[in-house]
Amino acid sequence: MTQPKRDPSQSRRARLGPARQQAISVSVATGAYAISFGALSVAAGLDVWQTLALSLLVFSGGSQFAFVGVIAGGGGAVAAVATSTFLGLRNGFYGVGLAPVLRPMSGLRRAWTAQVTIDESTAVALAQPADDIRARRVGFWWTGVGVFVLWNAITVVGALVGARIGDPADWGLDAAAAAAFLALVWPRLASRRAQAVAGASGVLALLLTPVTPAGVPIIAAAAIAICAGWNASKSKDEVPE
Amino acid sequence: MSAYAWMWVALVAAGLLAWATKYAGHVVPERLVKNPRIHRIAAFVTVALLFALFTVQAFTTGASIVVDARVVAVAVAAVLLWRRAPFIVVVVVAAGVAAGLRALGWG
Repeated sequence: MTQPKRDPSQSRRARLGPARQQAISVSVATGAYAISFGALSVAAGLDVWQTLALSLLVFSGGSQFAFVGVIAGGGGAVAAVATSTFLGLRNGFYGVGLAPVLRPMSGLRRAWTAQVTIDESTAVALAQPADDIRARRVGFWWTGVGVFVLWNAITVVGALVGARIGDPADWGLDAAAAAAFLALVWPRLASRRAQAVAGASGVLALLLTPVTPAGVPIIAAAAIAICAGWNASKSKDEVPE
Repeated sequence: MSAYAWMWVALVAAGLLAWATKYAGHVVPERLVKNPRIHRIAAFVTVALLFALFTVQAFTTGASIVVDARVVAVAVAAVLLWRRAPFIVVVVVAAGVAAGLRALGWG
């Protein structure tokens, strides 16, 4: 209404600019830390091909770190798959949240859309103005594909580096894995209830570690999440995104 | 079946389940997932699992609770996160702190 007769290609470029810029910067930043995933995965005992396959197929940073973390801690395949899958549940909700932006979709496109539905693509899409579906789609696709390409390419670099360094503890890779989990959870700890869930989960995991098989202390934390989420809290902003 | 083959089975299974979860979100009718309780639980599951993973990775070895160079490294990581350092910086510095302490003969 304020600029009724601007050149349409010009105004479209002006509107799509920020979405692409955000997509590219998020892709580069996210891709960079794939180097730590690749190195940790090899340190956990996967080979380079398994590391790349896990990264291509699971394609969700938290789930991938969790899978190799459980394996590195001596947990079995079932615990690794279960932890990875529980951590990926949020990606299912992202698809629902993106419905107004992305639906309707054809079958094949939906299959590929699903694969790149992750924290970063969802965040960049939803960070664009709500009335600008086009910018939201650009944000989703540029981020999803950008992260997919860089994350998997740099995973291979990390795996090749990790395969050449001997004892991972000498390089602090065990500490790097702990720091990676802390960094992934950090932005989700804004609310009091989220902090309480985190604290209780950590205590429960430490209590269970000496008495249960590896992997169980982590999956048990899901019970705390169910208790915490069962009833709504009084204030509105208590649920982490 | 060898341990190597089992690892392939596990990672393909994890991949299929990850994809199926994402796909489900794009096909469920929206009214079925309006339930705020499910949204809350899903959000807290992410927090609970990530923090449990952090705790186990930072403070345990096998079935024992252990205090070593990792504790100092994650304390430094927490300060960096509080100062809003980028992810890759946090991870690299944590590795460097632990590696440095071990090179000095501690932890």
